Amino acid sequence: MASTTINTLTGPGKTMVLNMGPQHPSTHGVLRVVLELDGETVVKAVPEIGYLHTGIEKSCEALTYSQAVTLTDRIDYLAPLSNNLAYCLAVEKLLGIEAPKRAQYIRVLLTELTRIASHLVWIGTHAIDLGAMSVFLYCFREREDVLKIFEMVSGQRMMTSYFRIGGLALEPPPGYLDRIKRFVDLMPSRLDEYEDLLTRNRIWLSRTKGVGVITAEDAISLGVTGPTLRSTGVDYDVRKYFPYSRYDEFDFNVPISTDGDCYSRYVLRVAEVRESLKIVRQAMAKIPAEGPIKADAPGIIAPQREKMKIEMEALIYHFKIYTEGFSPPPGEVYHRIESPRGELGVFVASDGSPKPYRVKFRTPSFVNLQALPKMIEGRLIADVVTCIGTTDIVLGEVDR
Amino acid sequence: MGETEESKQDRIAQRVRDWDANAIAEVIEYRGESTLVVPKSHLRRVCEFLRDSPALRFNFLSDVSGLDRFPVEPRFQLNYHLLSIPHRATLRLRLRAHGADPVVPSVTPIWPTANWHEREIFDLFGVRFEGHPNLERLLMPQDWEGYPLRKDYPVQGYR
Repeated sequence: MASTTINTLTGPGKTMVLNMGPQHPSTHGVLRVVLELDGETVVKAVPEIGYLHTGIEKSCEALTYSQAVTLTDRIDYLAPLSNNLAYCLAVEKLLGIEAPKRAQYIRVLLTELTRIASHLVWIGTHAIDLGAMSVFLYCFREREDVLKIFEMVSGQRMMTSYFRIGGLALEPPPGYLDRIKRFVDLMPSRLDEYEDLLTRNRIWLSRTKGVGVITAEDAISLGVTGPTLRSTGVDYDVRKYFPYSRYDEFDFNVPISTDGDCYSRYVLRVAEVRESLKIVRQAMAKIPAEGPIKADAPGIIAPQREKMKIEMEALIYHFKIYTEGFSPPPGEVYHRIESPRGELGVFVASDGSPKPYRVKFRTPSFVNLQALPKMIEGRLIADVVTCIGTTDIVLGEVDR
Repeated sequence: MGETEESKQDRIAQRVRDWDANAIAEVIEYRGESTLVVPKSHLRRVCEFLRDSPALRFNFLSDVSGLDRFPVEPRFQLNYHLLSIPHRATLRLRLRAHGADPVVPSVTPIWPTANWHEREIFDLFGVRFEGHPNLERLLMPQDWEGYPLRKDYPVQGYR
């Protein structure tokens, strides 16, 4: 939280300073933007963050590696499974283990559903920011379907903590694929409905076309990732550049655009939902019906319950893992994944003890928000809300 | 695929060495990731070289993160995670800083994205960045005392 006050910004009498937020419905949480205005034109915009800082990184240092998984859900609460995945993959890299094939496909399946759910929230809230109420209701209806799938699989709608180090928390229930199939079959027609309401809507076009333009050069130098970067013509998608979790076995496209405006980012996110549906379909076909969901790593992954009853060693490992945890060798790793908002990186440092020495989350919202002044300076005040919405920030992720 | 990630990274380290033999203090390999440890005096020049050299083109700074090794000296460690979008390559630079009140060069003039990353590190670790345009606390309130992510700062805070 910086000290930008009304007084420090004002110019020589001509401009006025307007404080927006932190309690403002269109800031999607608690973002404060201090705007310097010349009439209706924004001269300067300074985003102020930190209102939702909860010290997640510090808290992780006081927990064991497995316990810290539960905190990752709470960073980006609209895409909890993406955070789980990034953290688990980073720790797995540190340990030098890999989740079994079946677990990896289920991870892909559920993270893509997360991407769909997150983009649905974005489409809905962005539409409501710009005055289209009904799209919001439709999007949340479909998002609820995804959350029900999460509830069915993990027992939780939102804070699932379903991905664990070395695999999954529990065996998915029978019939979960049928449920997902029903959703996947329904979704394309629902997307067409949203597009009917928005894509050629004159008000939508005039509010988003040519608004919040950012160039590829600026986007790269400011570290912007995700759909915002891809709207400038750069095809950087971690799933294609540095495939993880067997993404290289899937056939999908990365939609890009060269307009760099709010409208193109809307088009890209809708296209990404369609691509995610493609990946979900392929993942459903790939998931083997039988097979382990946890890596075979004694001393790191808790043994099966049945083994514990007959094997002395399994019982010892069980006791050790749940009382003190496991200790990865000293070292540092950085693992990046493509979250719905862009590159989500997790840096984990181990000192050889059962607790992470340092965990750092490179969250896409935090970095993307830096590009906000570039988008709105020199534009009208009415576009500010559009630009905040288009960067798709989650304040929990910005402040951590 | 052709080239493996490891050999790609070896080649990067070699290129930097060919350009200036003193630019890298140490190369650390771990789990297929290479880390170039750069002396403080060379950081800016190495970063400019990595960004501008046509064979490397590390045009994207993903992340800067701090780490406190208290009470071991050198106490602070800064990790710069670089990405080359044109060459699909990644690299980590590491800088070590001594003492309880370290000052290190800022890379914000090279990659403007470092602005908030460095402010966050200043805010949570108390590392100051020379040449930063606006070094203020970012997440904690302005009048906060102490640097929460330091290892000598209690998890529950001072009571």
